[in-house]
Amino acid sequence: MIRLEDVTRRYGDATAVDSLSLEVAEGEVCVLIGPSGCGKTTTLRMINRLIEPTSGRILVDGRDILSMPAEELRRGLGYVIQSIGLFPHLDVAANICVVPRLLGWEKARMAKRVDELLALVGLDPASYRDKYPRQLSGGEAQRVGVARALAADPPVLLMDEPFGAVDPLNRERLQSEFARIQRELRKTVIFVTHDIDEAIRLADKIAIMRDGKLQQFDTPEEVLNHPANKFVHDFVGSDRALKRLVRVRVADVMRSPATVLADANTLSLREAAGRRRFAYVVQPDGRLLGWLDTHGLAEGAPAADAMTIMDVAEASVRPDDSLRDALSRMLGLGFRAIAVTDRHGVLLGEVTFAAVEEAMTEGDEHISNQPVEDAE
Amino acid sequence: MSRRRIGVAAVVVAALAFALLVSAQGLWQSWLSALFPEQPVVLMPRDTLAAFVLQHLALVAVSSALTIAVGVPLGIFVTRKSGIEFRALVVAATDLGQTFPPVAVLALAMPVLGFGFWPTVMALFIYGMFPVVSGTIAGIESVPKAVLDAAEGMGMSPMQVLARVELPLAARVILSGVRTSVAINIGTATVGAAIGTGGLGVPIIGGLAVQNMAYVLEGAIPAALLAVLADATLAHVEAAVTVPEAAAGA
Repeated sequence: MIRLEDVTRRYGDATAVDSLSLEVAEGEVCVLIGPSGCGKTTTLRMINRLIEPTSGRILVDGRDILSMPAEELRRGLGYVIQSIGLFPHLDVAANICVVPRLLGWEKARMAKRVDELLALVGLDPASYRDKYPRQLSGGEAQRVGVARALAADPPVLLMDEPFGAVDPLNRERLQSEFARIQRELRKTVIFVTHDIDEAIRLADKIAIMRDGKLQQFDTPEEVLNHPANKFVHDFVGSDRALKRLVRVRVADVMRSPATVLADANTLSLREAAGRRRFAYVVQPDGRLLGWLDTHGLAEGAPAADAMTIMDVAEASVRPDDSLRDALSRMLGLGFRAIAVTDRHGVLLGEVTFAAVEEAMTEGDEHISNQPVEDAE
Repeated sequence: MSRRRIGVAAVVVAALAFALLVSAQGLWQSWLSALFPEQPVVLMPRDTLAAFVLQHLALVAVSSALTIAVGVPLGIFVTRKSGIEFRALVVAATDLGQTFPPVAVLALAMPVLGFGFWPTVMALFIYGMFPVVSGTIAGIESVPKAVLDAAEGMGMSPMQVLARVELPLAARVILSGVRTSVAINIGTATVGAAIGTGGLGVPIIGGLAVQNMAYVLEGAIPAALLAVLADATLAHVEAAVTVPEAAAGA
C-alpha cells in the first residue's frame, strides 16, 4: 500500500532521512519511532508531500506520489497531528468536514458523517457537534482530530504523535480506542511516536530509526525478542518481558472461571467450583457480585451470605485490556487471578497469574543465548 | 447574540444623534455665543457645520478605503512565500510613512497634485498605512503553525488556506489595525484645510488664524465626536468577526 524506495532527504550538509526503504501492507499499522531528530516526522511528512524527498521514490497504492497534484494526494491521506491542529474558528462539525467540503460533498451527507464519526470516536454527537475546540479537553480534541482525519474515509492515515499532548491516563484510553477503531476499519496507518510503549501496543510493524537510518523494521514481538543491534536493544529498554505483555490481550489467555449464582447454597457451590478453591458469585443475568472461598464455608448457607463483595470496576479487567493491565491490577490487589467482565459488569472469564507468567517468558529462550551486536 | 444586537442599535442611535447635532446650526450658534459673548460671529461663515462634516467624512472615507484596499493585500503578500523577501522593505516603508509628518507630505504633494482634495487624500493614505499593514502581518503571523500544517496536510490549496483559515483567524487583529488607522485619519484630515481641502479643519485653522476660539470649537468638537463614533462602530465590526470560540466562552 505504501512503499518507500531509497528515500533520502538532505538539508544542506545534514541528512535527515538516509536512503530509507520501507513497505507497509494494506491494513497494517506501521509505527515510526526513534529519538528526536531521527527523521521519523520528516519521513511521515514526505508521504503527504509536506516535504519533498531529495531523492528516491514513494508509492501510495502503486502510484508515485509525484504523479498527482499534492492537494489531491493529501485529500486521500487522513492526517492527524497534536490537538492544537484543530481550527479554532470552526466548530467540531465544521472541523470534521474540512476534507468533505474540499471534495464538494452535500450538506446532508456531511451532517450524517459527522454524527457517525463522533459516535465512532466515543463522543456524543448531539452535545459535541456544535462545540468549539477551546471548549474541549485535550482528549476530546484528539478524538475530534481522529474523526476529522477519517471524514472522507481515506484508506491511509498519517498520524504524527497524535496522543503526544495528552496526559498519560487519557493517552492509554485513546490508544485502546484507536486500537478498537483500527480493528474495525483496517486502515493503513503510519504512526510517528517517541513512546516505545505506545509503539509496542499499537504497531503491526515497528520501524526504529536513528540519525535518518532505519535500524530495524519488524513486528513488535521480533523487535522485543531479537533486537537487531545494541541501539535497538537499549532503545527498547530492559523491561522487555513486561513490554511483551502489552501485546497480549486478556481475551487471548482468559479461561472460564468457577461461578455460582448468588442464591445458590454451598452444596451446589462445591459442585460448581470443582477442584478450585475460589468461585465467583454472579447474578442470574451474569453480572459479577463478588467471590467466595469454598474452604471453611458453613454447610447449607446461601452463597450471597458468605461471599466477599467486590468493587467490580476496580477488581476486574476487560477482554481488550492488555496482560500488563491485568498483571498490574493483580499486583495492586494482591490477587493470584483477576476477573474479566464486559462493560456492564457481566463476568466473562478470569486471568490467572500463571497465565501471565507463561506469556511473559515466551520467547525468552531466544534472547538469553543470542549475543547482541553493536551498531557502531 | 441579543447583546450584539443592542450594541448595533446603540451605534445607530449614536450616529443619528451625531447627524442631528451637527445639522442644528441654531443650537451651535446659541451655545458658542453663550461661551464667547465677545465674539460677534461664532460660526465659520464659509459653510454650514453639516457641510464641513460631510467634506471631512468624504476625505476620511476615500483615504481609508484606499489605505485598506492597498494595505491589506500588501500585508498578505509579504506573508506569502513569494513575497516574504519584501516583508522588511514594506514594513520599513510604511513605518517611514507614519514617521513623515502629513503636513510635509502635503507640501511635497502640492506641486504635483495641486490644491484641494487629492493631495490630502494622498497624505492621509500614506500616513494611515502603517497600522493596516502591520496589523495584517501580525494577524496572519499569529495563526498557529500547527493549524496551518493541518490545513495544508489535509489538502487545502494556498488560496484555500488563506481564505478559510488565515484570514478568518487574523480578522480581529487586521480590523484593529484598520480601526487605529481610521481614528488617526479623522484627526489628521483636519490639516487638509491648510491647502483648501475643506472639512472640519477649516473652522479650526481659520479660527486659529483670526483668533476666534468659537470657530476652533466648531471644528474640534465634531471631529472628536466623529473619532469616538467611528472607533465604536469599528469595535462592533471587530466583535462581529471575532472567532466565535472567544465569544461563546468555555
